[in-house]
Amino acid sequence: MAKETGIKSWKELSPGTAILEPGSAAELKTGDWRSMHPVTDRDRCIKCGQCYIMCPDMVYAKDAEGYFEQNYYWCKGCGICARECPVGAIMMIEEGD
Amino acid sequence: MSEQSAILDYPEQEYILPGNRLCAGCGVTIAYRFMLKALGKKTVICVPASCLTILHGIYPKTPVMATTVNNTFASTAAAASGFSAAFKATGREDWHVLAMAGDGGTFDMGIQALSGAAERGENIIYVCYDNEAYMNTGSQRSSATPAGALTSTTPIRPKEQFKKDFMKIMDAHWLPYMAGISSAYPADVYKKFLKARQIKGTRFFHLSAPCPTGWFYPTKDTVKIGRMMVESCIFPLYEIEEGRLSLTGKSLSIARSGGKKPVDEYVAIQGRFKKMTAEQVAQFQKHVDEQWEGLLARAGF
Repeated sequence: MAKETGIKSWKELSPGTAILEPGSAAELKTGDWRSMHPVTDRDRCIKCGQCYIMCPDMVYAKDAEGYFEQNYYWCKGCGICARECPVGAIMMIEEGD
Repeated sequence: MSEQSAILDYPEQEYILPGNRLCAGCGVTIAYRFMLKALGKKTVICVPASCLTILHGIYPKTPVMATTVNNTFASTAAAASGFSAAFKATGREDWHVLAMAGDGGTFDMGIQALSGAAERGENIIYVCYDNEAYMNTGSQRSSATPAGALTSTTPIRPKEQFKKDFMKIMDAHWLPYMAGISSAYPADVYKKFLKARQIKGTRFFHLSAPCPTGWFYPTKDTVKIGRMMVESCIFPLYEIEEGRLSLTGKSLSIARSGGKKPVDEYVAIQGRFKKMTAEQVAQFQKHVDEQWEGLLARAGF
């Protein structure tokens, strides 16, 4: 955990305690917050990208075939993608099933 | 739909990476991501204490790719004015200064710094993202909280006063550009920011950002509620350029062809309005109608 959050001793702090490395939070695993995860049914997906646009955590990325695939490392399981999908291709599945 | 799918052609460069610590289903990031895409990499951001500081990271990590300054609660516009002056002095006027504060940091505490900066005409873009309470510290009442809402400081009797009409206050500063935007309509956000970045002077945005944690609704409904706010004209989408008001997007189509929804469904879906009586809902509806009629008259409908 300490390694992931990057906590360091005060002797290692940068001047002005500025963060010098942009975008470093990508290592933080926010995926372990969720209780449900989205699963896309590729037969029904029309590749419209609504999930990619509306996801507040930017976990969707386009794959080689043009489908939008979620990265479960960051997905917080809010369910906006499933709610906004115009063809109902995304289902929220309970974790552990 | 066609406008929304045009988003897929926007620049792919992301300025916020995943891994932020905001609550699941937060409405702020959806809009924030497209604002930063529209402004590009030459942007400096000033944020006060707000939910945005949570987004910007718990030290020493940040998901944001742009230079950011954390300033005190009341001084967002003052810090941004300083940046704008520094860029002018060093000849880097192609840089954008984005000041972004919550409704508490704008409506309540930040108003004197913002009013000063707006009067001086500082070259900044100021965004107030409005989640209608001090959500970062546990949803205390702010002057942006609508009448009838329960908050942690009005837990027994809901707030009685109407929400402050901040756009009218900013309109009284004769700004070159100001707009109302909603996180449920990211294409509209992007378009208005592309327009604003071409304009010099103080530009003000009022962003509606639904908050599942403080408004008590299921996280999946963030975008739906944002859309309901626009469809029932509680939060219309419009822009004011040099005093000329024009409705945009969904609000323009409601003005042209009707289809305005009542506020009932919007009130019913949120836990914070559970103590509202039928009388209060009718009062809320009347207030919304009056505001909307005023906008329509000013837009020339």
